[in-house]
Amino acid sequence: MIAIKDLNKTFGKNHVLSNLNLEIAEKGVFAILGPNGSGKSTLIKSLLGLCIPDSGEIQFKGESVLKKHHYRNNIQYLPQIAKFPGNLKVKELIAMIKDLRKRASRYEEIIEKFGLEESLNKKLHALSGGTRQKINLLLCFMFDGDLIILDEPTTGLDPKATVYLKQLIREEKNKGKTILITSHIMQFVEEISDELVYLLEGHIYFRGTPESLKQKAETSDFEEAIAFLTEQD
Amino acid sequence: MLKILKYSFIDLARSRWTYVYLLFYLTLGFVLLFLNNDLGKGIITIMNIIIILVPLISTIFGVMYYYNSAEFTELLLAMPINRPLIFIGQYLGVAISLSISLVLGLGIPFLIYGLSQSEAIWDFSLLLLIGSALSFIFTGLAFNLAMRNDNKIKGFSYAILLWLFLAVIYDGIFLMLLIVMEDYPLDVFALIATAVNPIDLSRILVLLKLDISALMGYTGAVFKSFAGTLPGMLVASGMLFLWTAIPILGIFRKSRRKDF
Repeated sequence: MIAIKDLNKTFGKNHVLSNLNLEIAEKGVFAILGPNGSGKSTLIKSLLGLCIPDSGEIQFKGESVLKKHHYRNNIQYLPQIAKFPGNLKVKELIAMIKDLRKRASRYEEIIEKFGLEESLNKKLHALSGGTRQKINLLLCFMFDGDLIILDEPTTGLDPKATVYLKQLIREEKNKGKTILITSHIMQFVEEISDELVYLLEGHIYFRGTPESLKQKAETSDFEEAIAFLTEQD
Repeated sequence: MLKILKYSFIDLARSRWTYVYLLFYLTLGFVLLFLNNDLGKGIITIMNIIIILVPLISTIFGVMYYYNSAEFTELLLAMPINRPLIFIGQYLGVAISLSISLVLGLGIPFLIYGLSQSEAIWDFSLLLLIGSALSFIFTGLAFNLAMRNDNKIKGFSYAILLWLFLAVIYDGIFLMLLIVMEDYPLDVFALIATAVNPIDLSRILVLLKLDISALMGYTGAVFKSFAGTLPGMLVASGMLFLWTAIPILGIFRKSRRKDF
């Protein structure tokens, strides 16, 4: 599905990604973890074409994505910050995003599950942070692509919504999709992900299942195991 | 691009600031016409105001809109759309809504005061056209500066400095140079120096049309003798067009290479 070869990216003097190689062939939920500034966002953004790498190659479904845009029709993306044009109504925003990509499918169901019916006619600046995040999730999950990228999906969600989010992720996974997640909530990561990709200083430092990480760190606590990885440096 | 433009425009058309801007021009138009009741004089006064004010407001609106929609832009960038079209769509949304505020805000009072029966209608139309061109130019320059500066304070400062330079400081330097070098033939220099600044250029264009360019002193006289009214207008319009096109090209170029 995704093949990244020798990816390099520098911001000023800061070498954020250095010769990063990553291959994700199978479907499932992959958590991309790492301390602040380890290159998680840059990696995701390079894949989406938001960042332009200095060198290297990124392939999605066997084709290079650099300088292209059509492949993004096959990617569902949840940005970290849910901020939208304040004077548009929620349903206008939904219409706009549907206008931009034609493959909307399950939005009615998600609106109902998140309880967004009453917000549809409100303007976006009148909504709370949690509601905006639900809209953000709606805009991501209402399409049908092969790859889903979620940047901090749990931010601001109440427990009920978080439970539904996990359900959504599992349903999409069962459809055979690949899902990449970054999150700082380790409990969420442990519960939802099949495989971890741990980045440190622009390299992939560890890759494996949550279980194998715990064995390596000789602890039963997932958070401790992640901390163990960070200390190794 | 048209879809982005459409929604940017709807968003702005509901913004409080668009209405404040519109209301300002409505008030300005009515007050000026009420005070001197002469369309011709009203046009000159309004020209002096919009030539300074339109660039300022367009610059501020452009920078603010760009920074305010940065997070949403990121979401749009992850959609299957060609990058430059997102920014051009947003830019056109801002520039068009500013131009509409200007045209409606000044047009309504002038129409009520009997513009359509007056000979001043062409002068007035040119004024609105130039005001709109200035909106496009300065919104474009603002977008360019904002795209090149992720630090909002820096972006804002550069944009304001650019306005201050073109609207005020430039004329000061120009004038000083004319005085210092008065012993030399300065026609060509004055001509070029005027054409290079879109604000000066707009002023000259309106004054040429009003046929009172002699009032503008040296530059106006040079411009008039250089080309007479029609070719002069063509050159000046061409320059104004270039001033609109260059920032748009800048948006295209930068949006292809920028990291978000």
